[in-house]
Amino acid sequence: MQQESAAPVTHPIDGGDGVPPVMGPGYTFRSVSEKISSITLSRRTPRAWWLGFAFTFAFVMMLLYTIFWLLFEGVGIWGINVPIAWGFAIINFVWWIGIGHAGTLISAILLLLHQKWRTSINRFAEAMTLFAVANAGLFPLFHMGRPWFFYWLLPYPNTMRIWPQFRSPLVWDVFAVSTYGTVSLLFWYVGLIPDLATLRDRARNRFVQIVYGILAMGWRGSAHHWKRYEITYLILAALATPLVLSVHTVVSFDFSVAILPGWHSTIFPPYFVAGAIYSGFAMVLVLAIPLRTFYGLQDFITMRHLQNSAKVMLATGLIVGYGYGIEAFMAWYSGNIFEKYSQINRMFGPYAVYYWLLITTNVIIPQSLWLKSVRSNPPWLFLVSLIVLVGMWLERYVIVVTSLHRDYLPSSWGNYSPTVWDWTMFLGTIGFFFALMFLFVRLLPMISIAEMQTLLAQSKETGEVTTEGKS
Amino acid sequence: MDTNPRLYGLAAEFDSPTALVQAARSAHEAGYRRMDAYSPFPIENLPEALGFYRTRMPLLILLGGITGAVSGLALQYYCAVISYPVNVAGRPLNSWPSWIPVTFELTILIASLTAVFGLLALCGLPMPYHPLFHVPRFNRATRDAFFLCIEATDPRFDRTATKDFLSGLHPREVSEVPQ
Repeated sequence: MQQESAAPVTHPIDGGDGVPPVMGPGYTFRSVSEKISSITLSRRTPRAWWLGFAFTFAFVMMLLYTIFWLLFEGVGIWGINVPIAWGFAIINFVWWIGIGHAGTLISAILLLLHQKWRTSINRFAEAMTLFAVANAGLFPLFHMGRPWFFYWLLPYPNTMRIWPQFRSPLVWDVFAVSTYGTVSLLFWYVGLIPDLATLRDRARNRFVQIVYGILAMGWRGSAHHWKRYEITYLILAALATPLVLSVHTVVSFDFSVAILPGWHSTIFPPYFVAGAIYSGFAMVLVLAIPLRTFYGLQDFITMRHLQNSAKVMLATGLIVGYGYGIEAFMAWYSGNIFEKYSQINRMFGPYAVYYWLLITTNVIIPQSLWLKSVRSNPPWLFLVSLIVLVGMWLERYVIVVTSLHRDYLPSSWGNYSPTVWDWTMFLGTIGFFFALMFLFVRLLPMISIAEMQTLLAQSKETGEVTTEGKS
Repeated sequence: MDTNPRLYGLAAEFDSPTALVQAARSAHEAGYRRMDAYSPFPIENLPEALGFYRTRMPLLILLGGITGAVSGLALQYYCAVISYPVNVAGRPLNSWPSWIPVTFELTILIASLTAVFGLLALCGLPMPYHPLFHVPRFNRATRDAFFLCIEATDPRFDRTATKDFLSGLHPREVSEVPQ
């Protein structure tokens, strides 16, 4: 019988015609659920997990030490100075927040577009978003110098009788980033509730049962609840979609509202958003490729997911490349000597090496993704993704440093070089990010069980190999 | 346990989503109204088969969004025009275009908070205890089992008649759910 729930789906789901499927064949509702939840519920923690966690945790300690020293000595331990007051703090902030954007894109925008291939990667991509936003938030917080006064940025009645300046992009940023963090957390948690109930019901250990039981809040899969749940999830996706576009737009306003040459440009919002999604998909691949191999999830995170992510990277990478081209063109076409100088200084000034590295890593190397052989080779994809992550970091370095170090008045020019504390803080946040990812894959289901079962149910209904949603 | 406990209802377990939808439809046709179905994932047409067509969630979220937009704009107007006017080279105090980003963010924020807390409120969650958790196999309702429960509060509910009715739908098993 086709619809017997115990019978496995014998065909690969949503593939065919040379397109890899979004899920391998031979799964039942039960085996999908057990395969994903047993990674979390297994009593044995793999040795490689401990090694990886210990390694990244060492970086967390380095981050904490850096923060201690930063609070003790002040932001003077960083390489920032008067013309280049932003330095690593803002470069890293923009880099991290951009990485987060792919998670929301996958979970919200692809949901609205009915892309079935989002299903197995949305959960960990959303976790990636949360952890990236948490790391991003650290930088402006500590860049303030007196982070304990961060609440001065919020509008609250106070004895000083002053209010935040709502005409400033820096205040917009506070609202955009905190809303983004909150909504990402809510979206992620709502998605987790049914799976937490699955874990509660499968757990053997009493303590584990209670913890997942509290987190699942008594979810029991009622049809009335599912109906409200589905519509709420869809509306949350519809709310998160313009939100994610607004966040990097507001981040780009931090630059483009300033009248500095090289920053004051209307191309910033679209080109920042494209860059954010570009680096975010690179991070998704950097996480997905080792995860699927290590946990044997090749049937759930298939080549289809990797290839589609590579295509999104290629498309957004081309938009970013177009952005660099237009920046150079407008510098010449505007006839503004300061704009022109700023562009020439970027390409041939003291930081030229960063600019050309950026062009190589962000525009030239990713062109290899045109080749199907690169898109369907996980190790190569992994390497290209790492290169793109470096490239997107260099982009922010070039934007922040070259525009600040030489503006209109040569008397106020300066140079920038990061100190060891800049690097320990940056590498520390990378360690923090991966340490959180390690905890996440151990403690929570990294693929949405309920959504994978829905995918299975839909394919049982049609009972045939479909190529719908092929890209 | 009491030999004849008061019942919460009768639960029938089915093997597949399709069987559950058919059972729900038959129960609705037989006149049962106070009932619910339980499944590990959302099933198309199941809420409708139970007679649950509309939810107030979209309206609630819309109201949340409107509240966010109005309060966001009002907050900025109050701060920049009434409480703390700053004269920047004679520019107008009511500079509303520059308030759009914060208004937008607050619209999304309040709408999303309403969505999540509204969902929990309408579903009556968190609810750590529920009578159905007494059904021995109910822990599989979050994995691969599909349940239909007719509640004792339904006017047509009768312990034996309803049990016979449910057994006629070819379930895997019918169990009594104690209060």
